[in-house]
Amino acid sequence: MSADPLVTLTDVRKSFGAFVALSDITLTVARGERVVICGPSGSGKSTLIRCINGLEPYQEGRITVGGRLLGLEDDLVRREVGMVFQSFNLFPHLTILGNCMLAPEWVQGKSRAEAEATARRYLDRVGILDQAGKYPAQLSGGQQQRVAIARALCMAPRLMLFDEPTSALDPEMVKEVLDVMTDLAREGMTMICVTHEMGFAQAVADRVVFMDRGRIVEEAPPAAFFSAPQSPRAQEFLAQLLH
Amino acid sequence: MMRWLLSDSVRLGRIGRALGALTLIAVLTLVNQKPPVVEGLDPWFLRLSIALALTALIAANIRALGLLPRAAQIWAVWVELFLGLMAFFWSFDLSFAFIARKIGFLITQGVAMTLYISALSILIATAIALVGAVAKLSRNGVIYGLASFYTSLFRGLPLLMQIYIIYLGLPQVGYVIGAVPAGVMALSLCYGAYMTEIFRAGIEGIPRGQTEGATALGLSPAQSMVLVILPQAMRIIIPPTGNQFIAMLKDSSLVSVVGVWELMYLARTQGQTEFRHIEMLITASMIYWLLSIGLEYAQGRIEARFGRAHVR
Ligand SMILES: Nc1ncnc2c1ncn2[C@@H]1O[C@H](COP(=O)(O)OP(=O)(O)OP(=O)(O)O)[C@@H](O)[C@H]1O
Ligand SMILES: [Mg+2]
Repeated sequence: MSADPLVTLTDVRKSFGAFVALSDITLTVARGERVVICGPSGSGKSTLIRCINGLEPYQEGRITVGGRLLGLEDDLVRREVGMVFQSFNLFPHLTILGNCMLAPEWVQGKSRAEAEATARRYLDRVGILDQAGKYPAQLSGGQQQRVAIARALCMAPRLMLFDEPTSALDPEMVKEVLDVMTDLAREGMTMICVTHEMGFAQAVADRVVFMDRGRIVEEAPPAAFFSAPQSPRAQEFLAQLLH
Repeated sequence: MMRWLLSDSVRLGRIGRALGALTLIAVLTLVNQKPPVVEGLDPWFLRLSIALALTALIAANIRALGLLPRAAQIWAVWVELFLGLMAFFWSFDLSFAFIARKIGFLITQGVAMTLYISALSILIATAIALVGAVAKLSRNGVIYGLASFYTSLFRGLPLLMQIYIIYLGLPQVGYVIGAVPAGVMALSLCYGAYMTEIFRAGIEGIPRGQTEGATALGLSPAQSMVLVILPQAMRIIIPPTGNQFIAMLKDSSLVSVVGVWELMYLARTQGQTEFRHIEMLITASMIYWLLSIGLEYAQGRIEARFGRAHVR
């Protein structure tokens, strides 16, 4: 597809015991590209995105990020890939600053001062620097998710993965997180987002990937996908989403 | 009947108190085997009178305590029970001169050895428990097999038996071992097995998302465990571990059977020459209690420290 692929998935198959969660997944994401993944619950979106940084092992096919093979060089891949979870997964025993400094210090070997400077820069970018000394439980959901994004950015990733980053948030907090993600996209970050936020997808995504029952059913630019979905499953799904 | 009882809490309270008083009177009457002999009085009448007087005293005391604020109540109960305990010890007609003569040695040799054995065993047991817990959570069957066999065996044998087996058994296969190392080894292995289960439960109590968050950031499994999981698991682990420490302090008395000069051994042997067993046993008991109180206090401080990071 693209001349400069950052992520490639080739004929990937993944099963949990006898249950096949992903089959025949082939997907390429170019450097700087923004891909939104959507599909009904249980269609394998989380599983797919978790395979891309090695949180889930896969059984067949190949996944590479920046030329590195998942299943073999997971450690190296994870240093270059940031991930944001639906449930934030901040570390409750560390302050906001501590959360952001942990990986730069221990994985990249930065000095405390360097790590703190990096952390402060990214916390400022997501608009949360004034909370740096607090603990995660003292922040609202939207603030926590913005911290989670800053924490991932502190590792200077080449790729950001988002797994339904706004699904656990109260409606009034969704926008503050989407705004941060939109800014990130504008700055040219390569992103793969599982989300059902159609406004975000239309504004930001280069491509929408629709999944159903562990397969990629449809791939299209957002305008085409949302106005004229090709497959019956996608039509049905969008009808429910609008409903 | 049930309905009649539960319909009126004042009535229920009265009935409860009356039943309690009657039981107390009955028990005190029957248990008192040596009432003072008074001419012309039926001994049973005397026993009953004493029981009635005591019960009235206790009832009055409870009523008086009820008037105090909570903190004062706690203090008053402690002081009263402590004085009662002292009175009980007093009734043995102890020789305080003998205790005063021996207590220095009990502390410099006995307490020192007890603390040395306990502290060393606690340290080793903690290390074993950490490794054991990680092994028990391993997906590798060999590692899990080793860890589960270990915890099963050392939780399943009486500690006393483990001490004998290690002290008497190891020389059989060519490893001569001193009494102190044998004791430390038995205590460490036994408590390591219990603490393995405590640590495992603590680690398992941390949500999976924490490990995933750490892994996604590039932290190695060891880094995730030490930097992310264990600090959080500490809150779950510390209270039961503190109890283990206190239990171990007292179980260290079992190594006296192989002749280690710790507190229990001295308590049993120092009184022998002058037939002053009770003096030494009571003194040693009080020392164990004091040491336990010290540990309880330390436990409270540590819990407060680890709780602080989780302000809501
Ligand atoms: N660890 C696991 N063990 C067994 N089955 C699993 C496991 N994780 C996921 N599955 C199954 O794989 C399928 C895909 O799960 P996945 O979480 O990827 O779906 P999803 O598209 O993210 O759904 P949702 O929108 O609800 O998050 C589901 O049927 C799920 O039950
Ligand atoms: Mg999901």
